[in-house]
Amino acid sequence: MTATRGSARHAVRVACPAGDLWALLGAPERVQEWFPGIESCTVTGDQRVVVTRSGLPMPEQLLTVDPNLHRLQYRITAPMFTEHLSTIDVHDLGDASSLVVYSVDADPAPLALVIGGAARAGLMGLPALMGIAAGSPT
Amino acid sequence: MGRKILLVTTDQQRYDTLGCNGGILGKTPVVDRLAAEGIRFERAHPQSVVCMPSRSTILTGQHPSTHGVWMNGVPLPVDAPSVAEELHRAGYRTALVGKAHFEPFLDPFFRFVENALAQTGTEPPGGLHRGFEHLELATHGVMGPLHYARWMRAEHPEALGGFYPALDGALQVNAAGGGDTDAPQVKVNPVDRDLYHTDWVADRTMAWLDTLGADEDWFCWMSFPDPHHPWDPPESEVGRVDWHDVPLPAGYPEDRRRREAILDAKPRHWRLWYDGTLVSNYEAPADWVPATLTPDQVREVNARNAVECELIDEALGRVLDRIAERGWAGDLDVVFTTDHGELQGDFGLLFKGPYHVDALMRLPLVWRPAPNAGTVPAVVTRPVGLVDLAPTLCAIAGVETPAWMQGGALPVDDADADARGFERVLTEWDSEIFGTEVHLRTIMRDHWVCSAYRPGTSHDGTEGELYDLSDDPLQQANRWDDPALVSVRHDLVADLWDHQPPTRDPRLSLEAPV
Repeated sequence: MTATRGSARHAVRVACPAGDLWALLGAPERVQEWFPGIESCTVTGDQRVVVTRSGLPMPEQLLTVDPNLHRLQYRITAPMFTEHLSTIDVHDLGDASSLVVYSVDADPAPLALVIGGAARAGLMGLPALMGIAAGSPT
Repeated sequence: MGRKILLVTTDQQRYDTLGCNGGILGKTPVVDRLAAEGIRFERAHPQSVVCMPSRSTILTGQHPSTHGVWMNGVPLPVDAPSVAEELHRAGYRTALVGKAHFEPFLDPFFRFVENALAQTGTEPPGGLHRGFEHLELATHGVMGPLHYARWMRAEHPEALGGFYPALDGALQVNAAGGGDTDAPQVKVNPVDRDLYHTDWVADRTMAWLDTLGADEDWFCWMSFPDPHHPWDPPESEVGRVDWHDVPLPAGYPEDRRRREAILDAKPRHWRLWYDGTLVSNYEAPADWVPATLTPDQVREVNARNAVECELIDEALGRVLDRIAERGWAGDLDVVFTTDHGELQGDFGLLFKGPYHVDALMRLPLVWRPAPNAGTVPAVVTRPVGLVDLAPTLCAIAGVETPAWMQGGALPVDDADADARGFERVLTEWDSEIFGTEVHLRTIMRDHWVCSAYRPGTSHDGTEGELYDLSDDPLQQANRWDDPALVSVRHDLVADLWDHQPPTRDPRLSLEAPV
């Protein structure tokens, strides 16, 4: 028996203050700047629709945008998902560097790997986006 | 003008599906003729028994630990070394037609070139991808973004519904049954034969060859998606092999108690999968219980598999005819092989997974050197691996083998193999998915197959498998714990660990299930 729900988690340490990273990662309308393969993004209230490079529209519900905790959570509501929750956390490590963690739970389970894999590529690109040296995956 | 190279791979084809290897179900006269004219290998093993790691080994000439694609869903880095790059640098025109699968299929973001390319054509951005200047891609059906699927959707939408959906609604490998016996991944497909992906791959290969100048040297990897499941060949061809007449394979113990006793003598994950308690990898249907497999289902799957092998053989024949028409026959090297095998009823199992036995590891491999090279036909019994293909292609092209390749050019006979140290071949498995992990390493040397397990979900690291092929060719008697073979086992395990390839560090990330 295989569980229908799957999880993935990726993290990167970036030599950049948490506030600077949060300005990018905590802005729902800027997702295509760091998450690979997104052609466009529209935000209306707590609803976000991203269109992937393959032309697939993915409607999403924004659940948490917490500038104090540096946490953003969203749920993909496209019919291919029975359930989905992604969480982005930016942790201030206190030495002018930050740990960015992307966690995803999804049913069907394979989609957790697909979303998580793409998110990981996005995380690994953050140092370049922030204009600093490459980060280290944790 | 140099030698032309046609590398023909199939997907998930057993050694015993070729006539030249003793196969009796399907007729494979084209490959049989190549074998008679060239070199047939009786012990060719993959370095992984699933697609992405194995195909990456073919391309890089490295073991999975080194190229880093440790399981399906781990993309091969775009800057990984490539034999196609070496050949292109040497002046060869290069193409890959059919199934690539160095990059994950499930990719709605089009992060990977293989998936995005068909939107724009057949020439990759920047002119080359992994050394190929032309890529025209297909996989096991009509879903997804690859060239064949797009062509079918655009030109033959009426035929789409005939194909078996390889994945189900939960994106798991589909367990739905069909055909006469309700066997998993079997479906009656009314598609016209000339629209099926096997003929498409041959057609597109010929179309690319037609673009080349007569004096150009070329390397074409023609990569058929079959006979990998689903078993949905064109209905018009299914009658070639009547499943009612198919004998049960020697590796399928029909008696349930005997079958289960054989499984119980192997490491635990064998029986756990058979009973449907643990599906340790993504490559088999999560909702299918092997213990439910019936003898008639085994017959029907084998019959359909044989039909698919016949269609591949005929498609290859058409391509060889076209090459002869172009005047290249005398300078043409053909290498025919596959990426891994298929259980196909052995031990009461289908598909593939962390099971290092001949069903998955003993591969068809035929190398027909260019007739103008004057190579004497031979049969090589010594162990070789897919890791040896890239150096072979370099040798054919007169290119020095790069230091990063880990194998050696294939031997031309046993004496050559002995002289150059072809003593052992290694295979590895690592998987970590949905909370389940399996890790094993295998050595084939002399007449032994020996696998050692590392700690995982079902294993504590003390388990193993040891088979004596000289008296147990079906690997039904696991002698790992046989006191009479302790020294043999210790010797093989020591040799196994002594010859492990370097490990890529840091480890690459799993980015999709497949």
